[in-house]
Amino acid sequence: MIPASHIMIFSMILFTVGMLGVLTRRNAIIVLMGIELMLNSANINFIAFSRQLGDMAGQIFGIFTIVVAAGEVAVGLAIIIALFRNKDTINIDEIDIMKG
Amino acid sequence: MEASAIVFYTLASMAVVSAVMVVTRRSAVHAALFLVLTFFCVAGIYIVLSAEFLAAVQVLVYAGGVMVLYLFVIMLVPLQARPLKPPVRHVAGSLLLAGLLAASLISYFWNATPSATAREMGYPPAGGGNIEAVGMELYRRYLLPFEIASVTLLVAMIGAVVLARKKV
Repeated sequence: MIPASHIMIFSMILFTVGMLGVLTRRNAIIVLMGIELMLNSANINFIAFSRQLGDMAGQIFGIFTIVVAAGEVAVGLAIIIALFRNKDTINIDEIDIMKG
Repeated sequence: MEASAIVFYTLASMAVVSAVMVVTRRSAVHAALFLVLTFFCVAGIYIVLSAEFLAAVQVLVYAGGVMVLYLFVIMLVPLQARPLKPPVRHVAGSLLLAGLLAASLISYFWNATPSATAREMGYPPAGGGNIEAVGMELYRRYLLPFEIASVTLLVAMIGAVVLARKKV
């Protein structure tokens, strides 16, 4: 049996890589991909603890995470299309009208 | 080392390498294809952790639905004329932050042994398999959250249509 700590370390690495993508990339589409990676790593933790504790609740929450991630992608990509239509760019450094 | 452990470590290292490729490739299409590879590796890990239903959902929703959406948007939004290069100071700060987070949590997890271990009964469920167990739990104890999740998806769908539609 794979120790739960190894699964947690793996999901931690995946989360960190996704976070790096969100922080360093300037293309809004790739920032969304980084968020997907982070959600996936959280899901792996849910499954790992579900197996470790012998409780199905972790898998149910994994399904809910996937539901929320699907909604997030649909709305996020729609926002990117609306941004591109209005400002002709998806570079998140140039989209700064909310900064005041 | 048993077979499932070998499969897990292989899939985990593949997933990490392709995730790094996702955040480092310059072309968005390449990043999307590496993201598919990451999703497949994670689905394989779900199977190793005996969550077969979730693995199927992962492949259907992520590799099927989400990826098509991503590729459509990448094709709709033309490639940038200027390269999108972040300033070096920014990258260094992000690397430092991510490294600190990873180092602190990994050093914690390295020696952590969760107190509870898998119970004898219940997991994996006796007879019926994973899908039946998930269904029983989902439609009995989590019925209300399940219905709320469907409303969430409806709201997300309507929101996406309203946001992306052409102004008339």
